[in-house]
Amino acid sequence: MAGIYFWILAALTVLASLGVVLQRNPMYSVLLLIVSFGALSGLYITLNAPFVAAIQIIIYAGAIMVLFLFVVMLLNVPTEDPPHGYHARLLGGAGPRWFGAVLALVLVGELIYALSHLRATPLPGGNGNTASIYQIGLTLFREYAFAFEVTSVLILLAMVGAVILARKES
Amino acid sequence: MIPEPTLNHYLLLSAVLFSIGTVGVFLRRNLITILLSIEVMLNAVNLTFVAVDRYLNAVNGQIIVFFVMTVAAAEAAVGLAIVIALFRHKDTLNPDAFTNLKW
Repeated sequence: MAGIYFWILAALTVLASLGVVLQRNPMYSVLLLIVSFGALSGLYITLNAPFVAAIQIIIYAGAIMVLFLFVVMLLNVPTEDPPHGYHARLLGGAGPRWFGAVLALVLVGELIYALSHLRATPLPGGNGNTASIYQIGLTLFREYAFAFEVTSVLILLAMVGAVILARKES
Repeated sequence: MIPEPTLNHYLLLSAVLFSIGTVGVFLRRNLITILLSIEVMLNAVNLTFVAVDRYLNAVNGQIIVFFVMTVAAAEAAVGLAIVIALFRHKDTLNPDAFTNLKW
């Protein structure tokens, strides 16, 4: 039964992510990425990770994507500019761009080759106590307590940095 | 009958998603879409963490995912602030327009 959910959600994730990359309008890209995040959240549920599924929706789809959407609407740039100027032709022209795409295809081929030569490793059955939020909380605030506190400094720095960078020069 | 997904299925899906993000960084000529492609890549890595976590019956991977999301939020905030500053400077989001530091 979990197989059907996996294939549907995996197809949805891949199609939505392809849409993000192939779309020229950044507004549609952001909305498709939210679809992709929703499907990924479902995949986390098939992996018995409800905590990650919840923060995927709340933090990623709810906070980060709203920030992106806000900037897309603020800047109001509907579509990509066509390449212009000497440097654009030199660096953004068809040759180097497609070279990059070919490199990425080589990467996916390599990864699929490497992973298809592993022997099939079935996931352990059952719910497993370890995936419970209780366990996550214990581990987070015992083993990773220092990292958790340092994260708050990181967020403070990012906030101050964003305010300073986006400030209008007077 | 559809076979139950194994660890390999999840890792393959993660590899495909990561490559899609890479293609986006290479192909797109829009700073916001490039940042979105980086988010796709981060999510592919998160999926690997959670899948291996399930395989090993541990919770450490899920906690790393939590930290990855925090870093992604910080990265998005600073990245978008830079995008706004660049747009104010040159009125475009094309990364090829910002070549002042290039020799």
